[in-house]
Amino acid sequence: MNRKVLMGNEAIALGAIRAGVGVALGYPGTPSSEVLETIARENKPGIYAEWSVNEKSALEIGAGAAMAGERALVTMKQVGLNVASDPLMSLNYLGVKGGMVVMVADDPGPISSQTEQDTRCFGQYAKLAVFDPSSPEEAYTMIADAFECSEETGRPVLFRPTTRVCHSYASVELLDATDSSKTCGFERDSGRWVIFPRLTYANHIEIERGLRGLADKFSDYRGNEMRGSGRRGIASGGVSWLYVLEAYGEIGVECKLLKVSTVPFPARMGAEFLQGLDEVLVAEELDPVIERELIMLCGKLGIQTRIMGKLSGHMPCAGENTPDGVRQAMENFLGTGENCPPDGKSHAAAAPPAIPLRPPVLCAGCPHRGSFFAVKEATRGRKAVFSGDIGCYTLGNALPLDMLDTCLCMGAGITMAQGLHRVEPDALDFAFIGDSTFFHTGIPGVINAVYNGHEIIIAVLDNSTTAMTGGQPHPGTGKTLMGRDAPRMSIYDILKSIGVDDLQRVNAFDLAASKAAVTRAMEARGVRAIIFEGECITLSKKNRGNACMVDEHLCSGCSLCVRKLGCPALSLRGKSARIDADSCTGCGLCKPLCATRAIIGGDDR
Amino acid sequence: MTNCLIAGVGGQGTVLASRLISSTALECGLNVRGAETIGMAQRGGSVLSHVRMGKSIASPLISPGQADIVLAFELCEAARTLRYLKADGLMIACDRVIQPASGYDPAAMLDILRSSAGRLMVLQSEAIAETCGLRALNVALIGAACACGAFPFSVGDMERVIDTRFDAERSKMNKSALRFGETLASAGRNRRGNGERHGDD
Repeated sequence: MNRKVLMGNEAIALGAIRAGVGVALGYPGTPSSEVLETIARENKPGIYAEWSVNEKSALEIGAGAAMAGERALVTMKQVGLNVASDPLMSLNYLGVKGGMVVMVADDPGPISSQTEQDTRCFGQYAKLAVFDPSSPEEAYTMIADAFECSEETGRPVLFRPTTRVCHSYASVELLDATDSSKTCGFERDSGRWVIFPRLTYANHIEIERGLRGLADKFSDYRGNEMRGSGRRGIASGGVSWLYVLEAYGEIGVECKLLKVSTVPFPARMGAEFLQGLDEVLVAEELDPVIERELIMLCGKLGIQTRIMGKLSGHMPCAGENTPDGVRQAMENFLGTGENCPPDGKSHAAAAPPAIPLRPPVLCAGCPHRGSFFAVKEATRGRKAVFSGDIGCYTLGNALPLDMLDTCLCMGAGITMAQGLHRVEPDALDFAFIGDSTFFHTGIPGVINAVYNGHEIIIAVLDNSTTAMTGGQPHPGTGKTLMGRDAPRMSIYDILKSIGVDDLQRVNAFDLAASKAAVTRAMEARGVRAIIFEGECITLSKKNRGNACMVDEHLCSGCSLCVRKLGCPALSLRGKSARIDADSCTGCGLCKPLCATRAIIGGDDR
Repeated sequence: MTNCLIAGVGGQGTVLASRLISSTALECGLNVRGAETIGMAQRGGSVLSHVRMGKSIASPLISPGQADIVLAFELCEAARTLRYLKADGLMIACDRVIQPASGYDPAAMLDILRSSAGRLMVLQSEAIAETCGLRALNVALIGAACACGAFPFSVGDMERVIDTRFDAERSKMNKSALRFGETLASAGRNRRGNGERHGDD
């Protein structure tokens, strides 16, 4: 027996390899990123993997490969699906030949996301089947089921884990590879692969028929299950199912259980579950998908079973479920709340002491701190709006930097700045964007600004990586996911070719030069851009120099360095500033701030 | 079933620590399940790794009041994680202080730990830093936990896992940190009142 501790995303990757995936593509996004990284690391012969420039590109490349008969996996986070929704909606009407699985990781909480959207609902809207695993080991086998389902139906399939599946881990038993049909290549057939209204109408009928077939078939699918007996029932899916199982064992009151891991809903199994039930509690995250299906089924069957969940206010409508939250809801539902208190109560539970919050911050030695601070200093006293974007630099909004006024979605900073300026032409409108985001969806916004004559200042924060998601390469890094060399695309040259003539590049750690560049841009007109260059501190050890130190005899204790930069290595101890030698990377950004020159050491860059 | 929580600040190596513990438990024939904090919080925020080891485990998350052992790599994070500890659970904390933006008083935080934790062992981060380097603080605390019999495996079991996971140099470094943590804990246990404290002492 070959057992291994696998993170959910590793299990999905190994499951896809086992299922014979040939092409794997995606764009990084928490909590999905480790799937492609694992496929690349495994580096199996015959499997191609890439970080595409964005999710739409990834999905379209996957569509091409699947049309040519290859098994394709496309990975992204839930908001990435919004970017890829155009090709996915249409692709369902054309269909695929090789199995195509679109893995979309949802993020209840949210823990690292802009939205709490539910990809199961997207599946219903786009008329696609969805597989929803509850654990790493289930995800490992379910991804093969998803490929098979895609090939049997000839349509793309969604695979929707959530953060607590992607980033949880478990002992997983590794299995032999499944039999998968081999690629046959693309066969020309314009009646099949070219989307036209007539074809769409004909295929719409086929899609609906396919979904009806799946709703029936999924009642026998091993991922959906029913157990127990009684007049009360608990329905669940995803990681909440594990919370239900854990509490069910501890509470020890018999009831019926239903696990649903598919869209379309397994209607026959659902009807059997509802038989003889007075009440049902539904424990699921994000949208009340299972709850609605059960309510509809009650209406269809003409039965009076009471369905309790998010819609009825019995479960929280937002945020992630927790094992104790689900247990509490189950105890209330089963009427055991008072007889069966949670055992092993914590000592501290009675009066929890106040513990200071520790929100995420820009790292010590992060080049973005220098860029933000330079813009802040240069724009002091001026009316200015700072549009941000998605990445580590979103953390620039935190005090004391406080340098982000807006953040919406990937690539929106550059375009929103144009709208803001249209309404308030007397303001300076800055748009901060990272290098990977620039390639993802930033470029069209720049083209729009130049074409339509908008007055904005673009600040590209180029740290040579996709930092927030763990340091993935992108077109500006000269490397691919598979580790091959690639042409290194210059953001400077791209901006130049678009027609951004007022263009500067500056070392993000050089405060004086950075401030001068910003001041220059502020005095000019039209579309101006400054590229702040500085490698991400997490990329390599070579970025770490000798730590700075505070000469306590010279330090006046004014705490300016602590209050202005928000560097996690800086704090105030007694009457002197203090630099944590382990955290400090010696970037020296704090040195010019000190009037008494008390900060010494570090490396000059 | 053993429920272990590992608390720290993003960048302190909680993920590696939980991987080492869970891999060793697997090697010893147990099932494991757990969850990591990965994403935005890794940028210097509070991070928490859940590790559950036993025969049959459903949830990857440990509920408040259910942890048998908490390993805390930072003082304030130790206090934050107290609510997860069982009444008779063991808290092994390190007195390393990484100040969040709002700041805190380390002495007050230590008082919270002393008055609340069932069994508490506080290890000196300076001693660990001098001997092993702060990078190996995570492994040193695992060594201390092993010495307290907190895990369903021995230091030797973990050394074998370390050998398979790292190159010779890093393996040597991690094993010496593991043994140093073990020594610290044993010394602390012998010096009553200075090391492991019982709530009712």
